Amino acid sequence: MRESTIMKIHYGTALAAVVLVAVHVLFRVTMMNYEDSLAYENVLANYKYLPYAIMLELILVLLSVHGFNGLRVILLELKQGRSYEKAVTYGCIAGMAGLIAYGSRTILMASMGIT
Amino acid sequence: MSETALAEEQSSTEVSSSKIVTLRIAKFNPEHDSGQQYVDFKVPYERWTTVLDAVLDVKKHLDHSVAVRYSCRQASCGSCGMKINGRPRLACFTKISELNSDVVTVEPMNNYPIVRDLVVKLDKMFANHKKMQPYVIREDSEITAPTKEFNQTPEQLEEYIQFANCIKCGLCNSACPTMATDSSFLGPQALGQAYRYVADNRDKGKYSRLKIIDESHGIWRCHFAGSCSQVCPKGVDPAMGIQLLRGYLLGFRK
Amino acid sequence: MKRNENREGIKGMANPGRYGIERFAYWLMRITGLGLLAYFIGHIYETSNIVNGKTAWENMLSMTQTTEGHVLLTLVIGMCVFHTANGIRVMLGHGGYGVGKPARPDYPYTPASQNNMHKLCIYASIGLAALAMMYGMSVLFGE
Repeated sequence: MRESTIMKIHYGTALAAVVLVAVHVLFRVTMMNYEDSLAYENVLANYKYLPYAIMLELILVLLSVHGFNGLRVILLELKQGRSYEKAVTYGCIAGMAGLIAYGSRTILMASMGIT
Repeated sequence: MSETALAEEQSSTEVSSSKIVTLRIAKFNPEHDSGQQYVDFKVPYERWTTVLDAVLDVKKHLDHSVAVRYSCRQASCGSCGMKINGRPRLACFTKISELNSDVVTVEPMNNYPIVRDLVVKLDKMFANHKKMQPYVIREDSEITAPTKEFNQTPEQLEEYIQFANCIKCGLCNSACPTMATDSSFLGPQALGQAYRYVADNRDKGKYSRLKIIDESHGIWRCHFAGSCSQVCPKGVDPAMGIQLLRGYLLGFRK
Repeated sequence: MKRNENREGIKGMANPGRYGIERFAYWLMRITGLGLLAYFIGHIYETSNIVNGKTAWENMLSMTQTTEGHVLLTLVIGMCVFHTANGIRVMLGHGGYGVGKPARPDYPYTPASQNNMHKLCIYASIGLAALAMMYGMSVLFGE
């Protein structure tokens, strides 16, 4: 993939994540008080509400892509070399995929009530 | 004019008064030294004395072995780039009096291999500059038949003339935070020059250059810290050129 | 990295003191980015406790709902707001917006790309982050 394509994805995920994270945070502080919003029953209810669960999944994907690409950029600038750069790129893709898989598992299980 | 008036006029003329500054020069020969050593020299200076004058004074009277590269002494050749009090500057364009310091430390520019003392190897910068195809690319020519002039309006000239001021001194690459760690990065000098030709209305090589800079150690490794523009002694503003160039890749400019 | 390459290394990359607020913003952007990624990974792990039942969730909450936890969260709020606000400034700059227009330079060559609007945006990002942190503290510690 061309670097410009990767960076367009980087900017796009950032902008989309800003909007969705703002909604996510507002849910914590506007629906009820902060402490109550973290109560087990309320959090579980959030997961079971499909639009919210979809939003969480989107945030998970957007921030994982943005975060791990940012990490890749920083690591590529720190050290150079063919094998190192390959390791960084594949390592970041693996990290991103792992985090998305782990987070999706939580969202899926919680929204289906498997607790 | 009366004698008194003449005396008053003379007394109002600023009289030169030499002051002394400590010039701390970093000495290092990679062939046999294990590390840089700083040697202090006391040098007299006037209001107009440049750092290059002071270094040459040391070379002439105190230590002939100091290695320094210089040529035009008027910020045109870009030979005497060095780190002066921690910031990359042209030695011939920096007056000691404007540094407001009793100690002036001169070191070789960062991010370039040291040849000796204050002299650095600029080969990589020139190689990256060449990679940018620093010439007008088009199939026809002004000199082959049928001869025709390539017209350019003053407004079209303004689009790139600022970037044509680059004297390839390398100060921008030395100040760049990405260059501090990334040995493969093209650098602000080369990227600024890529913009210079892309913005030239006579040039037809835009896509070829955009392809060259759109790689993993190309234009995307610039994060707009702007240090390159802050140290440029010719007002080239490479940071602006790079962002405008990136506008083409992002589709904001045609 | 070869010694005689004379690269400044991480110290030179990070040193924000020499080149003004723009370099400081560059450095802060990296640090906050790394911090937020670390928090994000931790947050995904932390919230995964929901699938282990109410007790596990409450145990996890009791670990994070401490003074240290709240201080950490306040820092995360600050990092998030700065990274967002400064990120938008940088993104616009990357698109060529607000970086000035090329022109014949005149001595003393003040670079147009390093204009006051950018400086103002950086200070505003820091200010917004501070405000958000204060609000966060009032929510976290106020109850």
